[in-house]
Amino acid sequence: MEKLKKLIVKKPLKLDCGKIIKDFPIAYETYGKLNEKKDNAILVFHALTGDQFVTGINPITKKDGWWSFAVGPNKAIDTNKFFVICANVIGGCMGSYGPNYKDSSTNETLGINFPVITINDMVNAQYNLLEFFSIKKLFSIVGGSMGGMQVLQFASNFPDQVKTVIPIACTSSHSAQNIAFNELGRQAITADNNWKNGDYYTKNSNPNKGLAVARMAAHITYLSKKGLQEKFGRKLQERDDLKFGFDADFQIESYLRYQGSVFVDRFDANSYLYITRAMDYFDLTKQFDGNLSKAFLNTKAKFFVISFTSDWLYPTQENKEIVIALNSIGADVGFVEINSDKGHDSFLLDVPDFLNALKNFLDKSNN
Amino acid sequence: MKQEFNIIANNIESGTRVLDVGCGDGVLIEYLKKEKNIDVRGLEISKDKVQNCISKGLTVIEGNAEIDLKQFPDNSFDYVVLSQTLQAFINPELVVKELLRVGKRAIVTIPNFGFWKIRLHLLIKGTMPVTKTLPDEWYNTLNLHMCTIKDFVEFSNKINFKIFKSIAMNKKKTSLINNKNLFIKNLFSELGIFLIEK
Repeated sequence: MEKLKKLIVKKPLKLDCGKIIKDFPIAYETYGKLNEKKDNAILVFHALTGDQFVTGINPITKKDGWWSFAVGPNKAIDTNKFFVICANVIGGCMGSYGPNYKDSSTNETLGINFPVITINDMVNAQYNLLEFFSIKKLFSIVGGSMGGMQVLQFASNFPDQVKTVIPIACTSSHSAQNIAFNELGRQAITADNNWKNGDYYTKNSNPNKGLAVARMAAHITYLSKKGLQEKFGRKLQERDDLKFGFDADFQIESYLRYQGSVFVDRFDANSYLYITRAMDYFDLTKQFDGNLSKAFLNTKAKFFVISFTSDWLYPTQENKEIVIALNSIGADVGFVEINSDKGHDSFLLDVPDFLNALKNFLDKSNN
Repeated sequence: MKQEFNIIANNIESGTRVLDVGCGDGVLIEYLKKEKNIDVRGLEISKDKVQNCISKGLTVIEGNAEIDLKQFPDNSFDYVVLSQTLQAFINPELVVKELLRVGKRAIVTIPNFGFWKIRLHLLIKGTMPVTKTLPDEWYNTLNLHMCTIKDFVEFSNKINFKIFKSIAMNKKKTSLINNKNLFIKNLFSELGIFLIEK
């Protein structure tokens, strides 16, 4: 963990909960080169379980970065042209200030003494990276899912510091269904005896079972019924017939168990609680007295909103509400709904129509 | 660019704000943006065509005019363009009203069902006319509400909007339509181009 690039933010940051934090780390990674004019930077925001390692091999997990399909040389977000910055959100567990942060003065890990943070806090913390790199205006801000929420919040907070804005598969206000699924995950974690009120870091026994269940439940929401049916159907897992027991008879069961088990190796249960809470608290419309348009009143940026047909977690209609809010103030906004059976996860996968649209928009906006 | 778009473009002043409803591959709005420095937006129902527009750097929203025009505020555009699409809507009356709410002015073009070849086709052959501008058969056409130039003029009186310029087009030739020549223009024009306002 010590090899991670970190910016220590000296400046105090007042969080939405009222608490003020300072001297806190933001772990980040960059790809490509910042040009002399410093006008080719793209800030990528990651989703719930992402991190700063957007592309290439993630040095911690040794797997491909979470957005390898979209970011890299000659890819949609072309690192030959653009300087891509991605930070681990505060509340995360990949080196940024989060519940697994060890307070050097007390030598204790924060656990649930970490403050409850919001999407607004996340983007305000990451804003420090602009000053660090002396970037006056970002060429673009891009993100899907929770990354898209950060994109919206950032565009609202810093309207003059972005040229283009690309929220993908997201919402301006977390729905009851979104909150319900997140609560299911949190309940699974806190019901695990190893959670110990968040104080498990020194106990050598993490709430892995709870975290795995949380991941399994969430994973279902990222896929579509059709996608699941086509990939798994009722296919059996390495057996010819049902075993009349509770082992993983079906491939889908085995798949979900696997997803849960690999997740706990790379993610902190407390971070899961905090970040899902931040998502649930996200309501940009409410921040502006029930009028989402007001969030973008001063914007001169060019927006491009993208949704996916089979995404039922952040459905097209919720993405369209962002478009409607922008149109009602005459902002420059384009919108496309991409055909895909891959559900909410579409934005992370090899979906050519999506990747082409993203690439074309960025390249044309660059002229 | 086709002649129809040339005529539309010639009737829009530089530096204005324009929405092209059913902008297709964005040929017209690309021209308006590049050649006339016009702030253009497109609304298009086809995903593929929206993608084409994005690849040209155009600002286009995927959507259906009958549902999605309502998101634009009153008078938010100087011109709203509707090219050869009015006849395909379920409720053309509502769409025209929306065009004139969203735009200060609108430019509506219609394939003229009063064109002599169409009349002759129905008269002689006794089957639904199929022509270059109307290439589909009756059972697979998207056109629900075909009309003639004369119909559109009468339509303007009935639902109370002003036609302040009407242009008839036959092949590449264009001419102005007025009350006196309406009968002739309705017979000899393939396309009617109407500049309208409230």
